[in-house]
Formats: sequence, C-alpha cells, structure tokens
Amino acid sequence: MSWTRICEYDAMLPERGVCALVGGVQVAVFRTHEGTLHALDNLDPFSGAYVLSRGIVGTRKGEPTVASPLHKQVFSLVSGRCLDEDAVTVPVYPVRVAAGGVEVGVS
Amino acid sequence: MSRIVVVGYGPTAHRLVETLVERGFDGSVTVIGEEPRPAYDRVALTSYLSGTTAEELTYEVPSGVVTRLSTRVTGIDRDARLVTLDGGAAEPYDVLVLATGSAPFVPRVPGAEHAFVYRTIEDLDAIRVAAKDAAEGVVVGGGLLGLEAADALRALGLKAHIVEMSPWLMPRQVDEGGGAVLKQHIEGLGLDVHAGAGVQEIVHAGGRVKGLRTPDGTVLDAQVVVFSAGIRPRDELARSSGLEVGERGGIVVDSSMRTSDPSIYAIGECALAGGMVYGLVGPCNTMAEVAADRIMGGSATFEGADMSTKLKLLGVEVAQFGAMTGALDVTYMDPVGGVYKRLFISDDAKTLLGGICVGDASPYTSLRPFVGKELPAAPSDLLFSGAGAALDLPDEAQVCSCNNVCAGDVRAAIADKGVTDVSGIKACTRAGTTCGSCVPMLKQLLEKSGVEISKALCEHFTYSRAELFDIVRVRGISTFSQLIAEHGQGRGCDICKPAVASILASLHNGHVLDGEMAALQDTNDHFLANLQKNGTYSVVPRIPGGEITPDKLIVIGEVARDFGLYTKITGGQRIDLFGARVEQLPEIWRRLVDAGFESGHAYGKALRTVKSCVGSTWCRYGVQDSVGLAIALELRYRGLRSPHKLKSAVSGCARECAEARSKDFGIIATEQGWNLYVGGNGGFKPRHADLLATDLGTDELIRTIDRFLMFYIRTADRLQRTAAWLESLDGGLDYLREVIMEDSLGICGDLDAQMEHHIATYADEWAATLDDPEKLSRFVSFVNAPGIPDPSIVFASERGQIKPVMAR
Ligand code: SRM
Ligand SMILES: Cc1cc2nc3c(=O)[nH]c(=O)nc-3n(C[C@H](O)[C@H](O)[C@H](O)COP(=O)(O)OP(=O)(O)OC[C@H]3O[C@@H](n4cnc5c(N)ncnc54)[C@H](O)[C@@H]3O)c2cc1C
Ligand code: SF4
Ligand code: FES
Repeated sequence: MSWTRICEYDAMLPERGVCALVGGVQVAVFRTHEGTLHALDNLDPFSGAYVLSRGIVGTRKGEPTVASPLHKQVFSLVSGRCLDEDAVTVPVYPVRVAAGGVEVGVS
Repeated sequence: MSRIVVVGYGPTAHRLVETLVERGFDGSVTVIGEEPRPAYDRVALTSYLSGTTAEELTYEVPSGVVTRLSTRVTGIDRDARLVTLDGGAAEPYDVLVLATGSAPFVPRVPGAEHAFVYRTIEDLDAIRVAAKDAAEGVVVGGGLLGLEAADALRALGLKAHIVEMSPWLMPRQVDEGGGAVLKQHIEGLGLDVHAGAGVQEIVHAGGRVKGLRTPDGTVLDAQVVVFSAGIRPRDELARSSGLEVGERGGIVVDSSMRTSDPSIYAIGECALAGGMVYGLVGPCNTMAEVAADRIMGGSATFEGADMSTKLKLLGVEVAQFGAMTGALDVTYMDPVGGVYKRLFISDDAKTLLGGICVGDASPYTSLRPFVGKELPAAPSDLLFSGAGAALDLPDEAQVCSCNNVCAGDVRAAIADKGVTDVSGIKACTRAGTTCGSCVPMLKQLLEKSGVEISKALCEHFTYSRAELFDIVRVRGISTFSQLIAEHGQGRGCDICKPAVASILASLHNGHVLDGEMAALQDTNDHFLANLQKNGTYSVVPRIPGGEITPDKLIVIGEVARDFGLYTKITGGQRIDLFGARVEQLPEIWRRLVDAGFESGHAYGKALRTVKSCVGSTWCRYGVQDSVGLAIALELRYRGLRSPHKLKSAVSGCARECAEARSKDFGIIATEQGWNLYVGGNGGFKPRHADLLATDLGTDELIRTIDRFLMFYIRTADRLQRTAAWLESLDGGLDYLREVIMEDSLGICGDLDAQMEHHIATYADEWAATLDDPEKLSRFVSFVNAPGIPDPSIVFASERGQIKPVMAR
C-alpha cells in the first residue's frame, strides 16, 4: 500500500466529503466535526452510483456516519458497515494527515 | 457429549453454530467446509457481481468455533465415530451434524461440462470471466434462481435468454395466468424467454461454447450457458455410510432432525424432513435451531415450513403463499398494467387457502398470515392493495417466514421490551433481517400497537420541527452547532440537518452554502441541482408563470446542445436539463445567469412554480390577467424555504386550466377579483384545495398568502405539505381564517415582517455562487483531479437524446 496526497487538510469542510480518484479507485473522504478523517469507497452499493462522498455526515448513537444521497441508507464512517442493512458493507481505506495534506492509502 | 463436528459450512451450519454459541454450549464445535471461506450470505450472492465483496458477504465465525476450510469430508466411520478428511486426517465426534446443502442439477446432455452453475462465489467468478468476451448467454431454468442468473448475465452486458421446460416461467410459484403476465414483464426488460423448451446439447468447438440446441433443433447462439434447473441434496456422505436416504435423494430425518443414526443430525438443504427437501433459508434456519436445541438437551421439533415466497426480480414483484389450488378462486388480471392476483378459497368460501401474485405483491404481506384462517373480508376487496392495511392479524399468524416470527412475538417485543421502531423489532426477534419482505408488515404492527410514536425529529433532537422553529426564533440561534450543543445531542443526521437548514433559511435567508450551512444540506441543495440516479444532476432555471421569450428558449436550447444534456418540459411549466456532471454545473449556470435566468429551486424544499393559464390577455373567457399574477407571485416567493416544497397556480376563470385547486395555494379569477384556495396537493395523495377567501383584491390576496405561508412555515412538521398540515390543524380552515385574516393570535404583524424580510433579502443562489470562488471550488468530481470527469458516468442514446446507463 502506498499513500497518495489528495488535497490540503484545510480545504476539507467539516462534516462534508470529497471524492478522490486514486489509481482508478473512487475514494470518498470525510472530515467530521471533531476533525477526524475517514475514507470509504465512493460507490453506493444500493444504487450503483458513485455518490457516497456527497452524503450528509452526522452520527448515529455516537458513531460517525454518512447517509447515501440517493436513497438515504446510513453507513458507518469507521467500519463502512451499513447501519440500515446488516449484510451490506462498503470498503474503508486508510487515511491520514501528513504535512498539512490529506493522504489516502489504496493498494 | 462434548465434541460436535459439523460437515459443510453454509448458511445452515452457520445458524447452528451461532445458536449453540449464543445459548452457551460448553463443548467443542468444529466446522469442516469444502469452500475456501466461512459461510456467506448465499441469498445475496448476486450482489457479488455488482461490487459487494466476498468479505462483505461472509459471516463472522462465532467465537470459540474451530473451522477447517477448503477441506472436504470424504467418509464417516460411524463405529469409530470419526470423519475422514480429504488430506487423510480424521476428526473424532460425539455428535455429527451434516449440513452439506445441495448442488445444482446439471442434466447429462452432450457438452454440459462446458456450462456453468450459479451457487458459489467461485461459480460467479467463472461466469464473470467467461462473460468478458461473450455477447449472448442462456440460462437453463426459468425458476427463481434462473431468472436471477439471467438478470445477472444481462447486468454483465450479455443478451440473455431463458430456456424453461415448463410451459411458463416459475412454475413452482405461479400458475399459467401468472406465468403469462410474468413473461410479459421479463420480455419487456429485453430478456428472451423460451418456455416449453428443453436442452438437447451444448454446442461447442475447441473448448468454447457456441450455443444451445433445443430438442426441436433450434440453436440459440450463446457463449455462456448457465444451468439453474433445480438442486439435488448432497447426500453422498450419508449414502456411503449407510444412513437412510430418500428415494429421490435427501438424508432422512425425524422431527428432531436426527438421521437413522441417533448421534448424527442432518439440517438444511441436504435433509429430507417429512418427505420434503426445503430449498429456502427460512426452513433451513428453523432446522438449525431445532438441532441446536436438541443437542443442548431440549425438545424442539421441526414441523415442516411455509414455502411461501415473495421476491422482486428484475423489478417485478412475484409472490406465492399457501396452496396453489382450491375449490374456489377469485382472480384479478390486468394484462395492460402487468398485474395478476389470484386467491384460493375453501368450498364454503370461508377459509383462505393461498394466493399467487405477479406485478403487485401487496396481498402477500397482508394475506399470507391468514392462510388456513377465516377470510378477513370479501375476497374481491382483498385483492386490492390498501384493503390489507386495516386487517387485524391473529397472534399466531406468521409474519416473517425467513425467521419464523409470529405477529404475537412482534407484539410482545413492542409491549414488553418497549421497542418503538423496526430496527428494534429486528434486534429483538430477528424478523425482517433476512429477505426483508416482511418489513412493511412490521411497520403496520408497530403503527397499530398504539405505542406513543415519539414526536422527536430523530435521535438528535427530542423536539418536533415546529418546536425547534420556535426555539431558533425565540433564542435567536443562528447555527446548527449552537442549536445541537444547547438543545440536542450528537452531530445530527440526514433528517435533522436539512430540517434545521430549512428553519435557519426561512428565518435568516442567508445563502444556503454559507459557512456551516453547507454541511447541513442534502446533496441537491449542496450542488443547487437535482441528483439523478447515475450521480449526474438536472438543471431547472426559473421560468416564472411558465412565460418565456423566444430568445430565452433559444439560450436553453443552446446550453442543452453545447453540454449534451437531455431536455424535457416538466409538469411545472418549465424546462429540465438532465445529465450534467458536478463540474459542468457552474459552466452551465454561467451561461444561464448571463442570459437572465435564475435558480428554479427544483432542488429545494422551497417555492417551485406558480403555473398559469393564458388568461384574459388572450383567452376569450378570461376575466383577469392570470399570467401577470402568477409571475408576480412566483417572483415574490422565489427562494422561500419551507417544511416541504410549495406549489401554486393561477387560473384566469372558473374553467381552471391551470389546475390551481391541486396546489398548496391556488388562485382562480372572478369578475370581482380572486378566489384563494389553500391546502391542495397532487402527488401521492391528491387533495383539492379548500376555499379560504373569495373576491379578494390583489393587495389583500397577496397579504393573505404571505401570512398563510409564514404561518405554515412556523408550525408545520418536517416534510409536511400544506394539505397534511391543514388537515392536522386543530380548528381547521376556520381557525386558519381567524389567525391570518382576523389576527386572533396577534402574530400577523410578525408574519408580515418575516415575509418582508424574505423578499428584501432574496438573492439568486446561483448568481451568488458563481461570484464566490470558495463555493465554486466544491464543484468537482475529484478533489485531486478537478479536470477529470467521473468515468462511471456513461450514457446511451434514446429518441435522439442521452439516457443514463448504469453499470448495474
Ligand atoms: C421534473 C418533474 C417531472 C417532469 O418531468 O415533469 C418532477 C420531478 C420530480 N419530482 Fe415531481 N416533478 C414534477 C412535477 C410534479 C407535479 C406536477 C406539478 O407540480 O404541477 C407533481 C404533483 C403536484 C404536487 O406536488 O402536489 C409532483 C409530485 C411530486 C411528489 C409528490 C408530492 C406529494 O405531496 O405527494 C414528489 C415526492 C416528494 O416531493 O416528496 C415529487 C418529487 C420529484 C423529484 C424531486 C423526485 C426526486 O427526489 O428525485 C423529481 C426530481 C426532479 C428533478 O430531478 O429535476 N414530485 N411533481 C416535474 C418538475 C416540475 C417543475 O418544473 O419543478
Ligand atoms: C443465487 C442464490 C439465491 C438464493 N436466493 C434465495 C432467496 O431469496 N430466499 C431463500 O430462502 N433462499 C435462497 N437461496 C437458497 C439458499 O441459499 C439456500 O437455501 C441455503 O444456502 C441453504 O443453506 P445450506 O447451508 O443448507 O446449504 P449450502 O448453502 O449449500 O451449504 C452447504 C455447504 O456444505 C459444503 N459441503 C458439502 N459437502 C461437503 C463435504 N463433504 N465436506 C465439506 N463441505 C461440504 C458445501 O460446499 C457448502 O459450502 C438462494 C440460493 C442461491 C444459490
Ligand atoms: S382557465 Fe379560463 S382563462 Fe384560463 S385558459 Fe382556461 S378558459 Fe382561458
Ligand atoms: S420474511 Fe424474509 S426477513 Fe422476514
């Protein structure tokens, strides 16, 4: 796995996502209110559209989440698990801040 | 009894070991499975082709359970009580459980070795590879799985054919009439159905499949052939070790799931219970639970199971429950709408025996629990949806067939465990956790249980929208963060954030993307456009009153042409341009704003359109200038954020060509002035608007509408249109009249001031966005590659315009 820098940390709005194209993979990166970063696959498994980065970020029972903008299924930002449909999970990717930039790890 | 060995690690084995662990079994549990991974959700197997990974489908091995994967059991030594493994090793047991499932049946026709089956992850991998350089595919078998497989081939980009022996599709679930309607649906989707046809030979050359020959000599061209023509229980181990097996296969078990050797159980699709092999997860899970109970000294029994099915395949609902024949039957058939529903009834016309549905499965949910019971209403009424909702289910009626949960179990969870939502029911009873088809029923049970359904907006706020509105207004709160810190908990969600954004916008009317507001907006408001199914957006410029000059029409045409957008006249008297990628939105709007267009707020919970008829200027019947008033109203209320969208229309005379009475506020011209109607709705539940006031002069009309809108905005629930709001308003229309026309609450001054503030501060969101580089920087598909368009967005062409193509 290697790290790819995608943007300045400061360019990310709290509680919103951005999408990065890393080696052909669409990675949705979110910044929470506290400032933590999370990265999920951008593909909404329910609709087949690449849109998760555009969902509303929030929490469910304390767990940080994003809701698919298409049909509102909620996913954990930590595990990628869909909190409305047990069987569904989206991939999560490592993400970090290095030298003021956001970096994601996609192998 | 301490050592349990389970052969086969499929879903049934998983349910067994899960139940043992849950119930605190203290011996050792070893599961030996031939597949390379623990059990996975076979029901959801097809989703593997659309991107769900094997890891996601795979169940977690319960703690303490030992697994031996990629290992086949080759024999059972019943005397020594051990099983032998393909590597030569052996595993001793005290209790052995066979959960070997079943294998797809492949008829012995020439060339069959070149065909695929559809059961495991590896099967799907192989099909995916073969599909890469194939153009057409054939699935043999038009049952539930066959159709699913054919749909999968189609999703892989192949032209798909289905060959079915029986004269119609899904013969185990539907009768001839249902089969005909089903075929119509399936063919409508572009799949070729060959019913009443068999397989003579798989034509191949040089190791490559060329096609499939049917007995009448026809050859269907295909490079991929998939057999889905039934299953055969995997009873080979049982057979070779001398356990009793059925004449047509299946390991014989009694109602405690024991085989003819009392220390060996058989469960799931390999078992023959009461003369039946069960090919659905529901009964298999029940068998696993019975065996677990017996192993732990209990006395549970398996008494057969309901084989009802309801599924949505290729978008078509198909359901069957109870018997497929009966002394009497009632049939509803609508070949045009593609709906077929049939109920079977006992000869005294009292007892429901079963039913078949195609195209509309609503009777399944409401009526399946009544099988074997007295009919709850006249059969003809029962065939129409809606009738079901009012039925009262007996406690013993099964609601969830996958997990064998009855209405009484759900009621108990609600009453005893204080459950108040569907996810609570799922957690307590398991109902609704497998195929999900019973979830509507669970909702109905919740609604009818009389539990106090909380007014709380969501888990983050215990207040209703109207209460939050007052808090924000009275306390002068201006940000979501302040509101949630002081009056809520957590960090919000897709329910409360847009609701609070709307409250803040109604009260302050700032730009919806300013500062923290941006994080509250739904994707539509966030990109000031409407999200479409493929991740593109649609653009709707405002065309007040539906009036537009030729020059502006030309600009719209040019923009659509230059950006390759699909155009359509909407039902709201304006033009929608579809298929724009996020990074195109600013460029498109630059052109539109330069030509004098503004945002039409098609994306917002805000004023949409004020439709008009042509009115007195041209129409020989018109008594007032309806176009002029419609434009004035649309410009007055444009950008007004509200609990739900707002629509209006103005008609120039009582002929009502603008359909004003189906609008939130509708105006119809009279000789003396205007009649004002409020609370109308089209949509899901149409309602004609009520006459609030007659013969108003224009000024008085506008003041009344101002107050009506502001009072609604203050007091309505989230996503409550004016129709529902008016119906829930205590005192109804008379009360509304008192408040906004007689000022009985003394708030009219306030309402008027609020509307004045809105009008004075209105600014076009798109023009403002184009002037703000910070806001514009968000309009990219990829933050690290702003110039690159999203490669997942693909279009085909239809009737000379683009249309979205989904990878699946
Ligand atoms: C584009 C349009 C269909 C068309 O091609 O004609 C349309 C398209 C949508 N309608 Fe509509 N409605 C359109 C006219 C209507 C009308 C007719 C009218 O306005 O005269 C109605 C019935 C009148 C009414 O609303 O009472 C209508 C009743 C609905 C409803 C049901 C509302 C209800 O109260 O039951 C929804 C669902 C909702 O809003 O929750 C809806 C929702 C939608 C959404 C927003 C669904 C969605 O979330 O994606 C569609 C997206 C619009 C887009 O992507 O641009 N649309 N929709 C029409 C746009 C009108 C416009 O210019 O703004
Ligand atoms: C595509 C698809 C869609 C489906 N959809 C639905 C649906 O919507 N609703 C529904 O109710 N049902 C559905 N089913 C059926 C459902 O999946 C089965 O009822 C269920 O999988 C049965 O579970 P099982 O554990 O008994 O058998 P299996 O899932 O067949 O598991 C048995 C396991 O034992 C292994 N095994 C066999 N012999 C040996 C041996 N000698 N040594 C070691 N391991 C061995 C096999 O490799 C296999 O992994 C579907 C099935 C498929 C294939
Ligand atoms: S509503 Fe009356 S004025 Fe308007 S177009 Fe129809 S007939 Fe003419
Ligand atoms: S009937 Fe399948 S989950 Fe309830």
